[in-house]
Amino acid sequence: MTEMYIPKNKIDDAVQEMMAQHKVFAPVLQGRFHDFAPLSSPEEVDWECRNTRLSPKGLFHRHSERMFDYSLSKDDPEAGILKESPKDFSPRVVLNIRPCDARALQLVDVNFDTPEYRDPWWVKRREATTLVGLACNDPCSTCFCGSVGTGPFDAAGVDVLLVDAGEGYVARACTDKGEGLLAEIASGEPVTAEIREKVEALKKQAETSMADLHLNLDLIAEKDMKELFNEEFWEDVHFSCINCGTCTFLCPTCWCFDIQDEVYEGKGMRLRNWDSCMYPLFTLHASGHNPRDQKLQRVRQRFMHKFKYYLDKYETATPACVGCGRCVQHCPVNIDIREVVRRMAASCVCPA
Amino acid sequence: MEIPRGADTRVRPYRGDANSKGGGRSLQARNGGIEVENPYLPYPVRIESIVTETEDRNLKTFKLVFLDAEDEAKFRYHAGQFAELSIAGQGEIPIGIASSPTEEGYLLFTVNKAGKVTNYLHNMKEGDIMGVRGPLGNWYPWETLEGRNVVIIGGGFAFTTLRSSIVYMLDPANRARFNDITVVYGARSPGLLLYKNELIQWEKRDDITMHITVDGTNDPDWKYNVGFVPAIVKEKAPDSDNAYALVCGPPVMIKFTLPTLAELGFPPERIITSLEMRMKCGIGMCGRCNIGTELVCKDGPVFTFDYLSTLPGEY
Repeated sequence: MTEMYIPKNKIDDAVQEMMAQHKVFAPVLQGRFHDFAPLSSPEEVDWECRNTRLSPKGLFHRHSERMFDYSLSKDDPEAGILKESPKDFSPRVVLNIRPCDARALQLVDVNFDTPEYRDPWWVKRREATTLVGLACNDPCSTCFCGSVGTGPFDAAGVDVLLVDAGEGYVARACTDKGEGLLAEIASGEPVTAEIREKVEALKKQAETSMADLHLNLDLIAEKDMKELFNEEFWEDVHFSCINCGTCTFLCPTCWCFDIQDEVYEGKGMRLRNWDSCMYPLFTLHASGHNPRDQKLQRVRQRFMHKFKYYLDKYETATPACVGCGRCVQHCPVNIDIREVVRRMAASCVCPA
Repeated sequence: MEIPRGADTRVRPYRGDANSKGGGRSLQARNGGIEVENPYLPYPVRIESIVTETEDRNLKTFKLVFLDAEDEAKFRYHAGQFAELSIAGQGEIPIGIASSPTEEGYLLFTVNKAGKVTNYLHNMKEGDIMGVRGPLGNWYPWETLEGRNVVIIGGGFAFTTLRSSIVYMLDPANRARFNDITVVYGARSPGLLLYKNELIQWEKRDDITMHITVDGTNDPDWKYNVGFVPAIVKEKAPDSDNAYALVCGPPVMIKFTLPTLAELGFPPERIITSLEMRMKCGIGMCGRCNIGTELVCKDGPVFTFDYLSTLPGEY
């Protein structure tokens, strides 16, 4: 696999080269927070950004997706017939995506790209996108990627992995798509043995800087779904939750959505919008019955989905969580998913 | 890589076996091709006719005809599946398919007036254009039911996919595949029974045993049963030997029918039901209709009570 060293004084040139063939998205400071935005010039990239507030999932699963257009005008022979809304699926690069967020896209693939149905927008955007990851030399205090099957230097989800080696970046292709992108970069230099050693040291340092939380995911996997569902600790977990839904919107692996029609002056569109299992309306039947009308049920659903249902359904050892820590950082009532998972794993009803 | 939308290309395990689990799928994205059929795009259909089924006028049956014959060919379904009815400007609703695959050229949907889309639909006229997306979900286990006695128990307006099933089994091409067919169907009053003309026709046949019942009636000419569905099931006592029961109805009916069936010797793995849930996508992606690991829209809506007993009671 191709590897190159790009000195920091040439990194803007490298980004410019990417921009020649692709639309490039990268973390840009917008107000108080960073967000992924299309670049108009390489200088806009904030290379010091630790991570964006919103995950980059919105680049693939849009916060609001225009699905179909239609006319409701009486004299239109096609009135009431839905037509696919035009979309741009031209090649693009997502630059400086963190390894956890890239891994999250793979975890969400099992939902949108299935043997029976393929979500066209998700699949086509995934296809059109090259992910250039930036390894985390200095993980946040809320990060726990290493405890959920990924890590600060995990290359599993990216096409190219960049490592900040001090005076420059080491870029390594991880997929054929990544090879293709690096072939377009002329500003690269060979990687010296000294720099390679440095990268290894940085990796080790980053990994050891994060405490292993010993989440015992295997224990959760072994537990009976119904038993875990009926545990008493959910009473404690849900108590402070205000069902604001912040965690679900920030989460890189939360994919739930709603579908709504909007009409204005005889023209309409069908939209799909992010939705959240935190809201009572999410599961409310037209009859008035609601299988999850209690807050406890909704809070439990979120954690059970990520750490139990997902594992059981897809027969994987990886939960639908990549340890990015956004929900820990932004929860208004300080619910800590690490603590919840510990309780899910620990509340073993063993005979004395 | 293109995944066809027709149902017969999909291997859909029906959740009859408590040991069956969702297939282990690769976490790798299959980025092989860019041609993807859009599973959210409804087929355009025209409302051919509308029948008001019940005296309270809350239930109407809509007969829908595809505008494009190719779409009809793609819409190959099994009795027990559902579809998303789409109305531009209003939204979509998941509704069981009331017609049988043996009835060609149209689809039937019996719709209860309950929310925004159904209220609008009830005011639509013959000739109006709308959409259908599907077929969706799994179906009653027809291969398993071959050579068996089939007991159908329905209550109220949860009789739509059961109607589909009865018509399917009674079709001359299929009737010999099944042994005795027994039906217990009840509603609160005679005026609330669905498909009355067909019920009367089935009543006259000798290859199906009908037990029509109402909770109560003032009609002196009512010549069928009076009593709640569970009581009639107990009274008629269908033999559980080599038999499967398909049970659909309001929760209270199901609650009291299950112990009766148990007394008659039906084990939970031979009692099958179809569940309802709030749905949006209908294809297992939007996340709201799960019961534990199972997505009712895609892994269901048909489950055995044996399998349901392994899931959290959140439905």
